[in-house]
Amino acid sequence: MSVVGHTPPPFFKRGPAPLARLTFFTALAITLLVADLRFHTLEWARLVLATVAWPMQRAAQMPVEGAQGAGQYFASLLQLQQENSVLRTRSLATANQLLRQEHLEQENRRLRALLDMKERQPVEGRVGEIIYAARDPFSRRVIMDKGLQAGVAAGQAVIDDLGVIGQVTRVFPLTAEVTLLTDKDQAIPVQVQRNGLRAVAAGAGAGSIELRFLAANAEVQVGDILVTSGLDGIYLPGLPVAKIIHIDRDNSYAFARIHCEPIAGVERHGHVLVLGSRIVPPQPEEPVERKDVPAKGKKVRKAAQ
Amino acid sequence: MNQPTHSSNRILLPARGWYITATLLLALFLNLIPLGRLPFVPDWVALALIFWCIHQPLKVGMGTAFVFGLAMDIADASIMGQHALAYVLLAFVGCGLSRRILWFSLLLQAAHVLPMLLGVQLVMLAARMIGGAEFPGMLWFASSIVATALWHPVTYLLLLPQYRPVDRDDNRPI
Repeated sequence: MSVVGHTPPPFFKRGPAPLARLTFFTALAITLLVADLRFHTLEWARLVLATVAWPMQRAAQMPVEGAQGAGQYFASLLQLQQENSVLRTRSLATANQLLRQEHLEQENRRLRALLDMKERQPVEGRVGEIIYAARDPFSRRVIMDKGLQAGVAAGQAVIDDLGVIGQVTRVFPLTAEVTLLTDKDQAIPVQVQRNGLRAVAAGAGAGSIELRFLAANAEVQVGDILVTSGLDGIYLPGLPVAKIIHIDRDNSYAFARIHCEPIAGVERHGHVLVLGSRIVPPQPEEPVERKDVPAKGKKVRKAAQ
Repeated sequence: MNQPTHSSNRILLPARGWYITATLLLALFLNLIPLGRLPFVPDWVALALIFWCIHQPLKVGMGTAFVFGLAMDIADASIMGQHALAYVLLAFVGCGLSRRILWFSLLLQAAHVLPMLLGVQLVMLAARMIGGAEFPGMLWFASSIVATALWHPVTYLLLLPQYRPVDRDDNRPI
């Protein structure tokens, strides 16, 4: 825009109009939103950027870790002694079961061999620690201190000493993101321990779980324990998941509203065990329909006319 | 140069680019501190962005907001573009209203900032609820109110390097 010998003062150089810039950046952001939300195509970018940002994130954790460390330092001796004695009693109480487990497992294997059943898959676990809860207030996710380098893979089940807490959903080189059972998008196939009724449990927000798609007259009671059914090929069967705390049987709805609370310390954070991936038995093939069948039918009908 | 200025009683030094970047990075760092789901923690990046958009609309604008929004999306493990969209809208409103807002006292400035910060949260809420996420609860909005309450100290802290005269001179009136 310079006229001969005159350049406009830099005061007026302000680039494109604000409205044009707003349109550009908004369009870009909405494109990113749709790409991530609908098509999940940005996982690789997230992986790269998260790896780059890792040192900064690690540094940001230090104040919190320092405060926790200071808190632990000042924990009284008495408290530690009490905890120690409680743990000792508990280990004695479970010693009976532990000592007999080896024997029972061998017996189980022999009996299974006798019955000619497929052996249960042995699954190894990796101990990890939940470092912090993700800041995103719209989902229930936590970050664990084991990642790709420790052999953690997306899809693996995560349990603590009481039951299932969730599933690994994203893996970074040094950390992994675990989606908790209470997340709204997280579903887990369960069965009622008392009678073997199978259902799907899903997060309901606010730290609770609901049992979905069970008929209003389904055979469930308050206090029933839900365990994993193992049908999905991800969770081992028999892991405790949740306990039913309230059933709302309204006949005007097709399904009962069944509220449960997780058994494991889903919202408390500590040490967890990541179970290795299960090898899923191949699904039976569905009979393939032959393409020429309907055409033949048409011909036959035509012929009949 | 005797014209009335909005920062009436003292003439400020020009803001340095590296200082603006450093404060924004510090805000990002504060946001990265893993405090989990504590409800009253303000969004430091949004607060720093709106401050610089109001005070330096020529230096900090929608481009900066977009970049820091993307950084927050990565750090937060949220949907890509969620913070970017909200921050870009915040920067647009902040830069547009900067000439108006700076004429008010700090208390009235904070009254302007509160609806902008709540707007950021509403945009993010809309983006996520359309995606089918759960409602985080009304207490989540408290972080904007805390951030607004911090407007007064934040203004003094961030303007501190611009207050000092370059060379002291006893004969100069300011």
